[in-house]
Amino acid sequence: MTNVPPDLKYAKTHEWVRVTGDTATIGITDHAQHELTDVVFVELPAKGRELKAGESCAVVESVKTASDIYSPVTGTVVEVNEAVVENPALVNTEPYAGGWFYKVKLSNPGDVGALLGAAEYGQMVNQ
Amino acid sequence: MLKRTPLFEAHQRLGARLVEFGGWEMPVHYTSIMDEHHAVRTAAGIFDISHMGEVMVSGAEASNFLNAQLTNNIGKLDLGQGQYTLMCNERGGVIDDLYAYRISSFDFLLVVNASRIEEDVAWLQKRHDAFPERGRVDVRNLSDIFGAVAVQGPRVREFIDLAIPRPAGSEAIAARASSLRKNEFDLFGFADETIYVACTGYTGEDGFEVIAPAAVIEAIWNQIMEAGQPYGLKPCGLGARDTLRTEACYPLYGHELDENTTPIEAGVGFFVALDKGDFVGRSVLAEQKAKGVAKRAVAFKMTDKSAPPRPHYPIWSAAPDERHIGEVVSGTSSPTLNLGIGLGYVPPEFAKPGTPIQIEIRGRRSPAVVVQKPFYKKPV
Repeated sequence: MTNVPPDLKYAKTHEWVRVTGDTATIGITDHAQHELTDVVFVELPAKGRELKAGESCAVVESVKTASDIYSPVTGTVVEVNEAVVENPALVNTEPYAGGWFYKVKLSNPGDVGALLGAAEYGQMVNQ
Repeated sequence: MLKRTPLFEAHQRLGARLVEFGGWEMPVHYTSIMDEHHAVRTAAGIFDISHMGEVMVSGAEASNFLNAQLTNNIGKLDLGQGQYTLMCNERGGVIDDLYAYRISSFDFLLVVNASRIEEDVAWLQKRHDAFPERGRVDVRNLSDIFGAVAVQGPRVREFIDLAIPRPAGSEAIAARASSLRKNEFDLFGFADETIYVACTGYTGEDGFEVIAPAAVIEAIWNQIMEAGQPYGLKPCGLGARDTLRTEACYPLYGHELDENTTPIEAGVGFFVALDKGDFVGRSVLAEQKAKGVAKRAVAFKMTDKSAPPRPHYPIWSAAPDERHIGEVVSGTSSPTLNLGIGLGYVPPEFAKPGTPIQIEIRGRRSPAVVVQKPFYKKPV
């Protein structure tokens, strides 16, 4: 059974969002890493880039395919996870911890309300 | 509606991820591509290859007929041997690449690509209609009758006899499957059916391909799974099959090979026997062998940390004279080498190992270098 932590918000495109004040941390879900299998390369947005919710902003490559990652929220990239660029397998081994992608300063913290809760997302992926 | 092999339910029970491949619903992986790839390189893996086509060409003129269609010399095959060969059109373009096995003096079994069965059979039928001795040779598509599995890896010889114990008939040249050498095959008995076991494969490892009537293929699969389990055998999908064959630099139809690419351009000229007499495409291939080609398939590896190369990515020459010189046809992250590798077509002046090139990945160029084929060769 896929792991869906209750304290996070989720996008239908399988990104998770952890909100702390006006900052959001973004990664991909356990379900997504399981679908991708072995992640061999991660390309993240540059620090300072302005992202719009729904915009393609990162790429995750498994052995077989390249997949686009869409920003679940609007904001400015304030930090990227160099560790996951260096060691892409973190996406598989700890998708909600060391495998995070980037942090944004939210332009409109209200955006987060439009995302899925853990129960909704869990239902979506376990159908 | 996608076609399913006789092993479809076995794949579902094993929790396979299924994908469409050449009109078939096939496993891409069971656990992960990386995991299955390493199993084949270090122990053993079993693949369902029932989607591949089987065409039987029989009759007193079968050998002559096939030699007029295929690039390799079928006259060199003794009973119990197989060879890699190609079928070309008049322009020397590849209709398919295949294995031809000499089953008896008058019977040849062709194992062809799943995605090419219809084209191959239509082409052979057309050529048969035009063949002067057509009354003494016939072409039968047996693809629906047969299933097949490939068992590959350095430990396969240790357990294959446990799964396939009994030679069939008096013509048997090998007492046991494990005594077959590269490109040899023999008939074996399995549950009252005759099956073919060939020492061939598509992974760069030692191993066998078993071709059997569809009705017994699942029993064979189960028996091999059971015999191989103590040796680390894992079921493997098409994902690992592709990374394994890319490391071994084996061409895949639709990538390295198509109707507008010749065997000489693809780097498989070794399997073109110009001295055997006429065959379809010969004049073009002879001219290319003598005068050279406009494009060549090369192997390359990424030299910096970059995303893996993928099919259709543009290939550029290195600075200072940077220009678009070709296209990637196969590319992946190599599980054995842990770096991006690929095959692509470039003009011959860029084909020498050591030549620096660039691969365009999502609009940015990353450095790569042409290398000697293959990327991986099994230890001797």
